Amino acid sequence: MILLTETVWDKAMIQMLAENTLITLYMTLTATVAAYILGLPMGIALVVTAKEGLRPNRVVYKILDIVVNVVRSVPFLILLILVIPFTRAIVGKGYGPNATIVPLVLAAAPFIARMVESSLLEVDKGVIEAAQSMGASLRTIILKVMLGEARTSLAVGATIVLGTVLGYSAMAGAVGGGGLGDIAIQYGYYRYQGDIMWVTVILLVLLVQIMQYAGKKLSQKLDRRTR
Amino acid sequence: MNPMIQIQNVTKTFKGKENQVEALKGVTLEIERGDICGIIGMSGAGKSTLVRCLNFLERPTAGTVLIEGRDLSGMSEKELRQVRTEIAMIFQHFNLLMQRSVLDNVCFPMEIVGVKKAAARKRARELLEIVGLAEKAKSYPAQLSGGQKQRVAIARALANNPKILLCDEATSALDPTTTKSILQLLQQINRDYGITIVIITHEMSVVQEICSHVAIIDNGELAEHGTVEEVFTSPRTPAAKKLVFMVDPKVGEMRGRRCVRIVFTENSSFEPVIANMVLECRAPVNILLADTKDIGGIAHGQMVLQLPEDETVAAGMIHYLQERKLKVEEVNPDDIVDGNGMG
Repeated sequence: MILLTETVWDKAMIQMLAENTLITLYMTLTATVAAYILGLPMGIALVVTAKEGLRPNRVVYKILDIVVNVVRSVPFLILLILVIPFTRAIVGKGYGPNATIVPLVLAAAPFIARMVESSLLEVDKGVIEAAQSMGASLRTIILKVMLGEARTSLAVGATIVLGTVLGYSAMAGAVGGGGLGDIAIQYGYYRYQGDIMWVTVILLVLLVQIMQYAGKKLSQKLDRRTR
Repeated sequence: MNPMIQIQNVTKTFKGKENQVEALKGVTLEIERGDICGIIGMSGAGKSTLVRCLNFLERPTAGTVLIEGRDLSGMSEKELRQVRTEIAMIFQHFNLLMQRSVLDNVCFPMEIVGVKKAAARKRARELLEIVGLAEKAKSYPAQLSGGQKQRVAIARALANNPKILLCDEATSALDPTTTKSILQLLQQINRDYGITIVIITHEMSVVQEICSHVAIIDNGELAEHGTVEEVFTSPRTPAAKKLVFMVDPKVGEMRGRRCVRIVFTENSSFEPVIANMVLECRAPVNILLADTKDIGGIAHGQMVLQLPEDETVAAGMIHYLQERKLKVEEVNPDDIVDGNGMG
């Protein structure tokens, strides 16, 4: 016989859901920002050191390429468990929102590197050549030409990254990661409170929708290529 | 004083996986201060590679380039960037920053050399005035026509007061009217600021319109060079003849017969020479090609005639034409057969 717990929608329950929504947002945003700090330079380096890049370097390119591919091919749930010792060393414990951020960053950074790489490769080679002909330094070309011209594509990429990191953060609920995913697993899976699980799912969907909408608006606002 | 540009034995080889392509095979050429030099050739002749060697966007495999006597091949990355600020470049596809306004595009080269923002904006507005686009300062490139985009690119190129302006097929994406107005603008810039201009093109009309000198590149080699007038009135090499004649492929029908090319200068166009010649020699000629070109404000006519098969009559005709101080040259019909597509 299955024992069903009656869900009580009191103030405490609402507050718990609200708190965990904020925790999810906190994890997602912090991890994404931190992952960009790692992934953006990696993506730039991939483009610059590539064979057709501005500073071709086979060794650097190959190393980055392999690291990105290896990390990206490990399923997030496995990565999460694999890096627990590392997480403990950094955060001091292996569970909770702050502990979740560590594997989130590690998983998102290579993903971001690829997104950034593909955005930057879209930049017209002719415009880069024009900047070179003006005597622009590599730094100027990266900052003002490549990142500047690719900004719409980068914003779209960031939106996709946010959605993915949000999904990963919910997955971390399986090992006590905190946030909405944790609630869904604890109440919905272990305690058979299907209604709570549905509410968390709806909240997650809403978060993704809001991010997607904001990202789309931002990229449109940034784009000057349309008449 | 050193010439503005000295190209010395420049060779450029591109290595593929298995094969290698020799884009340039030892090109030597000098371009003087204040010249407008056209570099013309068929597509694939190596002219775009050559112009990229002038600012070392492409590093020559062998040979070197000197700008006002300064050897580019011995320069550090930093020195090279410094020299590049003196050598502006415009392109076939304009290569403007699409996410920046017209004004900010013109400011960009000044940002690179560290001009203060307010000063850069002031100069950019002046430059837009010069190219006739002052009212478009706040627009974005996507809102402009091709000709307007090239004007912005020209304003941008002038921002750091360059000594040289390289034009890589700068009018090839434009319609004839716009091409003419862009060429006039380039000529005005050359006159007003004394900027040496190098124009890469596959169109003889562009060279005739504004160039003082022309270099013909054929299959990676310099086929011929000189003033436009010299090369136009007496092309020596097959590559030059091909470009000058610009003949319709139908001319192939006269293959194997005797043809002459006559060049008229301004004072010879009053007398009906050909008609008189036909009357005097009592034999018809076939006019295969006739056109007039305006080179540096002087009208030059050229005509290719197919002479009668009778050797004496043909010789008589050549003599008749030479008596009238016309430049007569025998041409090999093979030279002009596949000269199509150069219009």
